[in-house]
Amino acid sequence: MCGIAGLQVRDPSLEPRLGELLTGMLHQAAERGPDSAGVALYGDARLTPPGHSAVSLLAPGDASASEIAARIGGDTAAVTVSQSTVVHSPTLAVADLEKAVRAAFPQAVITGRGTGLAVLKGVGHPDVLAEEFDLRAATGRQGIAHTRMATESAVTPEGAHPFSVDENVCLVHNGSFANHATIRRELRAEGIEFDSENDSEVGARFVAAQLAAGHDLEKALKLLCERFDGFYTLLVTTGDTFAVVRDAIACKPAVVAETDAWVAMASEYRYFAHLPGIESARVFEPEPEEVYTWQR
Amino acid sequence: MAALTTTVADLSQQSVRDLNSALHQASSGTSWSVTHPDGAHNLAVGLTAALDVVIDGPAGYYCAGMNQRATVTVHGNVGPGVAENMMSGTVRVRGSASQSAGATAHGGLLVIEGNASARCGISMKGVDIVVGGNVGHMSAFMGQSGRLVVCGDAGDALGDSLYEARLYVQGKVKSLGADCVEKEMRDEHLAELAELLKSADRDDDPAGFRRYGSARELYHFKVDNSSSY
Repeated sequence: MCGIAGLQVRDPSLEPRLGELLTGMLHQAAERGPDSAGVALYGDARLTPPGHSAVSLLAPGDASASEIAARIGGDTAAVTVSQSTVVHSPTLAVADLEKAVRAAFPQAVITGRGTGLAVLKGVGHPDVLAEEFDLRAATGRQGIAHTRMATESAVTPEGAHPFSVDENVCLVHNGSFANHATIRRELRAEGIEFDSENDSEVGARFVAAQLAAGHDLEKALKLLCERFDGFYTLLVTTGDTFAVVRDAIACKPAVVAETDAWVAMASEYRYFAHLPGIESARVFEPEPEEVYTWQR
Repeated sequence: MAALTTTVADLSQQSVRDLNSALHQASSGTSWSVTHPDGAHNLAVGLTAALDVVIDGPAGYYCAGMNQRATVTVHGNVGPGVAENMMSGTVRVRGSASQSAGATAHGGLLVIEGNASARCGISMKGVDIVVGGNVGHMSAFMGQSGRLVVCGDAGDALGDSLYEARLYVQGKVKSLGADCVEKEMRDEHLAELAELLKSADRDDDPAGFRRYGSARELYHFKVDNSSSY
């Protein structure tokens, strides 16, 4: 069991409230996943100045943020939040920044990469982590949160969601993939490296491989439905796209709510109860194996 | 005549456990209003007295589960398992219901004015369910007794592995499950359907519905299949 919450803001006047709204959603999701949690924030200027390339990593050792930035060099700056560090640069391309981070910290687990994207995750109770993230103060246009109750692999920071293994793409999963070991072996044989033993990471790597092969996100998720066996509700974001898909049985919960001001997805309705205008929102459950996408 | 009084339970001020405890101790004939439910789970579960409970907003999982005798009305949507294992009474959802509505319920009437998602009436054992909108896939799966009325469309595999429940659908059926077949709508079926629609306060014409039930081909093991085992 895991909890998923995601919010895409349509009305720019809500962007300053993204963190506040997401904190409320994450709090409600805590019961479904008390062992670890994570968030992805698109456009939170506290962590990533607008337009900067950003790479998130699990804090390597005891180095301070300024030491981390100094070791990576160039015009990079870093912010350490809880168990994560976000490194950003105004000039480097995302891929070049990732290379620089890898060169400086070859052992560090990179948990996110993208323009204006920060991924924070860790082990601990979701409410405690939300405090450490100061999530309430976050701003931005899109945010996702995940609470994990581990079933397929150990409770570790790198096993927490979201999984962001491709530029700007984040994936969170509720469920369990039955054939993840087979697909992981196939992807490894193609040269793809993994950061954890988590089954959800296999889903994220698979989607990244399909995107790299030239498919769009909708097609990539349809291919995932064809290839993966097991239970899943997935929320995938790219900063300007918000996508939801469920397996054929659809036993893992998913509810979508939409107004002119925002679109949100959650494991349970109660995560939405505090969102502005929820009384008149269009609320529905996604159909099995149908890919839903919303563009900003 | 004494004025009717309604006890208000405000869930922004008290816990679900307090609410359910009060409802378990309440006497038949009393009225209750639950405000600020905000999608909370387990509301009005395990009632045994003939109470009238109105939930003013959306409810979460297992709302009115195991109900006996009480009338529970939800002015909003409900999560999975509404009225699961209901024995008697009436549960009315003014909005839509998530999966497994009325699961394993033995009796009573469940009315969902909107849509019900997957597995509506799974393993139903005598309950009557009337859905104003559509039902999702695998509805009435392994239904053993009772009636399911769908005023809209039914999803894939309706009535899969059905025993004896009777299913009435006004709209389209995406597909029938194993051993579920369309059956003749005789006068007694039109009569019982009219009664069910009336009990749900609906004015749909029974003549516009089709009836589905078990072909009863899965009741017994067929010796011809023994080589498969």
